[in-house]
This record gives sequence, C-alpha cells and structure tokens, in this order.
Amino acid sequence: MAKGAKKTKTVKAKATTKTVAAAPKTANRTAYVNARLIDPASGLDAPGGLLSEGGRIADFAAGLFADGAPENAETIDCRGRILAPGLVDMRVRLRDPGHEHKEATVSAAAGGITTIIVLPNTDPVIDSVALVEFIGRRTGEAGLINIHPMAALTQGLEGGEITEMGLLAGAGAVAFGDGAASIDDSLVMRRALSYARSFGLLIVQRPEDSSLASDGVMNEGEIATRLGLAGIPNAAEVIRLERDIRLVELTGGRYHASLLSTAESVDVVRRAKARGLNVTCDTAPPYFALNEIAVGDYRTFVRLSPPLRCEEDRRAVVEGIEDGTIDAIVSDHAPHHQDSKRQPFAQAESGAVGLETLLAIALDLTREGSLSLPDMLGKLTCGPADILGLDGGRLKKKAPADMVVFDPDAPWKIDADQLLSKSKNTPFDGKLAQGRVIRTVISGRTVFHDPGLDA
Amino acid sequence: MTIVTPKISFPHRHLLGIEGLSPDEISGLLDLSESHVEQNRQTDKKRTTLRGRTCINLFFENSTRTRTSFELAGKRLGADVINMSVSTSSIKKGETLIDTAMTLNAMHPDVLVVRHPDSGAVQLLSEKVNCAVINGGDGRHEHPTQALLDALTIRRRKGKLSGLRVAICGDIMHSRVARSNIRLLSIMGAQVRVVAPPTLLPAEIGKLGVETFHHMEEGLKDCDIVMMLRLQLERMNGSFVPSVREYFRFYGLDYAKLEAAKPDALIMHPGPMNRGVEIDGELADDINRSAIREQVEMGVAVRMACLETLTGALPQSGGEA
Repeated sequence: MAKGAKKTKTVKAKATTKTVAAAPKTANRTAYVNARLIDPASGLDAPGGLLSEGGRIADFAAGLFADGAPENAETIDCRGRILAPGLVDMRVRLRDPGHEHKEATVSAAAGGITTIIVLPNTDPVIDSVALVEFIGRRTGEAGLINIHPMAALTQGLEGGEITEMGLLAGAGAVAFGDGAASIDDSLVMRRALSYARSFGLLIVQRPEDSSLASDGVMNEGEIATRLGLAGIPNAAEVIRLERDIRLVELTGGRYHASLLSTAESVDVVRRAKARGLNVTCDTAPPYFALNEIAVGDYRTFVRLSPPLRCEEDRRAVVEGIEDGTIDAIVSDHAPHHQDSKRQPFAQAESGAVGLETLLAIALDLTREGSLSLPDMLGKLTCGPADILGLDGGRLKKKAPADMVVFDPDAPWKIDADQLLSKSKNTPFDGKLAQGRVIRTVISGRTVFHDPGLDA
Repeated sequence: MTIVTPKISFPHRHLLGIEGLSPDEISGLLDLSESHVEQNRQTDKKRTTLRGRTCINLFFENSTRTRTSFELAGKRLGADVINMSVSTSSIKKGETLIDTAMTLNAMHPDVLVVRHPDSGAVQLLSEKVNCAVINGGDGRHEHPTQALLDALTIRRRKGKLSGLRVAICGDIMHSRVARSNIRLLSIMGAQVRVVAPPTLLPAEIGKLGVETFHHMEEGLKDCDIVMMLRLQLERMNGSFVPSVREYFRFYGLDYAKLEAAKPDALIMHPGPMNRGVEIDGELADDINRSAIREQVEMGVAVRMACLETLTGALPQSGGEA
C-alpha cells in the first residue's frame, strides 16, 4: 500500500504494526502478483494474478503476471497466499446505528470482511427510511467497508405491523427481519412473506418459539440440569422453522433462516430445499465449532442465542455446511462490554464478537471434514451475496476490487486482548487457530494489512 | 464433658456445592457437625474457636431459617456476624454483584455466606474475594449446607447413608435442595429416586444417577426416607400443575401414600412447608414419622462445622465443652 500509505492514517492502537486505513483514497492501478486465486463462484483455484484499476477489478486470471509485474502499477506480492473475494457477513449486531460502526468496520477489515449486513435491533430500531439512509451516509463517511442494513420486518420490532418494505428497500435495505427477535404471529409472517413477493424481497428469520424458549438461557439437557439453569429445547427452533416453511409454501415468499443450531433444523431445511422451496439458511462459528460443554462453570462468554447445543447437533450443522444445506456462514457479531458479561449466567447479555475470528474458525471446516477450501469460502462470499442479491462476493471484471489475502495455514492463538474490537467477548479466547488475514482490500484500497505475516 | 473434635481433611477454599466433594470430606463434615449437636443442647452453647473472625451473611434473596441458622452458628463459635440483605432489584440498577463483592472484600471478612437467586452467582462472587465463601443457596443450582444437614439428620436416625433408599418428591425442577441432596446422597452410596409430575422434573434428570417416578405410591415403595420439597405458590395454578387440590391429591404426602414406604420411613422437608399442598399438616407434626424439626436443629450444627472447617480454625486436638 505504498502509494496510499502517505495519506492513510493508522486507526489501530496497541503496539502491533497492523494498520487499518481510513479516509477513502482511490488507488489507481495495483497488480497482485504471485497469488493463489480462489473464486468460489466460478470454481477458479489456481496460481495467478489480479489487476485493479480505479477501485475495480480490471483483470484477473490463472497465470496472470507469471512473467513479472506490469509496469506503471503498484505491485503487491502475495507470496503464494490466497487471494479471494472479500468476505460478506450477513449478520452483524450493533446497538447504536452509526456510532459503533467504526469499531465494527475496523474489526471486520481485520477479519477479511469487506461487506457486512447490520441487524435492525439497534436503538433506535432500523424501521424507517430516514434511518436506512442515515446508515448509508455514515457508511460513506466511515468509508472502510461496505455496510448494508437489514431493516425491521415489523415496526419497532414489535411483531405486529409490517414496515414500509418497498420504500425501505429503495433506500438501501437488503433484507427484512426482526433480527434477534423472531416473528411470533403466524398471520404477520404470512403477510410479510406474501407482501415481500411484490418486490422480490428477502425475509430473514432467526427461528425461535419464544414461549418455548421462555426464560431459558442455555441448551436444555443434562448440563443445564446440573448447573440449575433454565433450558431451551431444540424444539423451540425447529417448531418455528417448520411453521415458517409451511408459510413459505403457502405464500411463495423468499425466506432465509438464520443461525441454525440444531440437527432437526438442518434436516427441515434440507427437506424444504428438496421440495424446491425458496429457502436458504446460515449458521455461525460457535454452532459448528463448539457445543454446550463450553458453558463449563457458567462461562458467560458462551451465553449465546440460540444456545450452544449438544455434540450431535454440532455435527449435524457441520454436515449441513458440507452438503450445501447451509448456504452461508455469518459471524453474528455482537459486541458487549465486559460488565454485561461479568454477571451471573442468567443475567449476562447473550452474544459474542466474531468478525475477527470468522475466517479462522471456518477454515477448521476444511481441515476436519470433507469441505474444500473454495466450497468453504463460498459460504463466506458468493453464498451470502447471492442470497442478498449483492454484487460482491466474487472475482469479476469491472466489479469493485473487494478482496482478502490470507494465509490459510498461519497458526495463531486467539487472544481476546489482542482483538481490535473494543469488546472482547469472544467464546474462542485461547483457542489455537490456523489461518490469518494478511491484507483486506476495498475498492482497490488496502484497509487492513498485517506486515508481520507478509514476509 | 469433653467432646473430641474429629479431624477433617478439607482441601477446598470455599463450599460452593456438594459436587466435587469426596465421601471422606462429607463424612468428616458430618462427624464434626455431630460434635456440635450435643454442645448446642447445653446451657452454655458458646465456643471461642472463631473469636476475632468476621462472618458476613450476604442474602440477595429472602430467607429466615438459613440466615438465622448461619447467624447462630457463627455466634456460637464466637465470631462477629453481620447480616446484609440486598434486594436484587437495587443490584440491577447500579452496583453489580461483583462491585458488591469487592466492597465487602475490602472489609476483610473471614467468611461470606451468600444466597442469590441466580445459579452460579455465588461461584462468580467467590472468584472475586479473598475470604472463604459458603453457598447459602444459588438459584436452582446448589444448597450444600441443606444437603449436609439432611444427611446428618438421616445418619443420626438410620445410622448410615449408604444403601438407604431415598425418595425426593415434588418440585425437583426449581429446587437447589433437590440437586444438592441428589449429589450428596449418591456420593454416599444411597439410592435416590425423584417423584414428581413431568412438568416439575428438569431434562435428563436421570443422568444425575436417580430413578424417576411419576406416581407417588410407586416412587415411595420400600423407601427409608421420604423427602418432600416446597412447591412455590406461583407454580401451583395452571402453570406447572393445574391446581393445589389436584397436586395434593396426587403428589401431596399423606398417611395413605406413606403406606407404600417402609414402616419406619422418615419424613423430611427443608421448610418452609405448605401444609395441605405438598404435605398433610398432621403428618408433618407426627413426631414418630417426621424429622422436620430435627432438620432445623441439625442445621446449626452443620453450619458451625462448615464455618470452622473453612476458616481453618479447627483445634488440633480435642476441644473443650
């Protein structure tokens, strides 16, 4: 990033040399040479290079620049590391629209993520055209990564009256859902799915029957019984999911189920897809990398919603990712101040930060199971982009040059204190991981670079 | 008279639960408690083993008998005892549980006895203080001194714990008393059964090593001990059970249902009782069958033993009466 470096300022604190650039600055021509190009959408996985020009991808191909870097272009030597489309994370929770975005964008950039979708569960709720436009403006000002809002499906997230979906979509909302809350009322859900059809909009639901979940704080079962914690049964998720799928069948709407955590849910989506319904789904790293045992002695950093399930469920989620039932992997990033986690388990906030660990944890799927690296990356790039109807998530000529360079093998120990995120509530603290982001590029401009790994 | 204080090996800083205790540690605590029972029946009940020590009873939840029992136990051992009742609502507003712990810690107590409505809260607090912490009941998780006093009561009446058949009946789901008793009695080799309608049983309770029964007479068959649990008022009317009347008819302990148990079966209840809900009032007062008042008496002795053990204030050899 030599050329841009003069004008970029270092946002990053701490005594590391990693930099996160702010202030948009169009790079003119940059050649990425000596890369392993992976484009999950097209199946490309070959040594090659990429040329960006004016913030867009001008050219890329296997073998490109094999004979040396072109003249009159800045050259970035990828040293054989992977160059892939920037990650698209379709589930990020921020409490305050605007304010926390900067923090989140720094974390996202460090995680190789170039596009995030923020949930409407903010204060104020994202349910108005004004707010959607506001987020668009703030994104432009922050300028680090692409942020798109998911708008509330019901006004005030109250589960009653549906929002102005058409107008909100026009203002920039890419999907509709009540975010962390689940739509309880079947008639509301039916009408939402039905109405959304006129604009071809996507309804996103995190399925949970709130009355069954009740005051539960972890997975129902032996561990909850031993710890004396109220449990949430698997049925709470699958009952809501099955109802929704019946409504998809009835309405012909587009439906995306978020954060699948149980074997039953994966199976229900698998069968819905086999029936040809317009249904997609995602999950997050905790649900394929951890199980309820992680709760241990009331570890509030693994208080999540949905809760971590048992080992059989975890394996079923992995299987769902491998066989294509699960289309996308999301971070479900939810920053919390430590005060809200240093509480008795039932009083602690639920949620975990996940932007900076998303890629590393997902890479484990390629080492432990049958998933290929391009297929795994597809869940983090073109998979979510296609669900949302976004352009990103693939290497394409003339598309914005949003990319990540990473070393899939670089070992590191996840250390909460070393995260760039101000909130340190990761359930993976202390985990030995493999795979680190070296460089994150947005519109041709490097927004994150870890020179320590680039030698 | 001379009471020989038994020696006890107890390599734990806190008493947070029964889980993790060995049979020897439990027996040791019970032996030590036993030595206090006689003393508590004397006119002069006072000892000096905890002279100069400070015990704080920190209760985030209402309690009369447990708090009083700990208070008496501390005072009989010569400690300075302070009671603090904190409503959890005020905790939620400003000061966190951890702030409270840090504040109290700065006063250099030797023992904190803590009761809290959330499971795991006492453990969380224990991680932030320098003194010994005794769990006086946390949410639905554990109430170790209750299990110890129940065990002492049983051992005095039956001469042993191992091999006994014990039925724990009623609201198992919401009960820390049940969880601590299941653990202790299982560790000591008793056979434990739980008897309740399925709505009052937590998931996979069988994995704690108990047999499950939904019919009272079947569950009580050949039992040596019948332990009844309190059913909270708010759980009686249509949420977990349809009505008090129906609950008493099928799950309330009366003379007729008790027929199924052994003829000398002992009835226990951690209190406070709902007469006519989980237990017939007359039966509760039947001195030949009920050990309920004795449980309260044993409570003080057990808590004295716990305070002594955790403060390391045990005399090396025999103590004095």
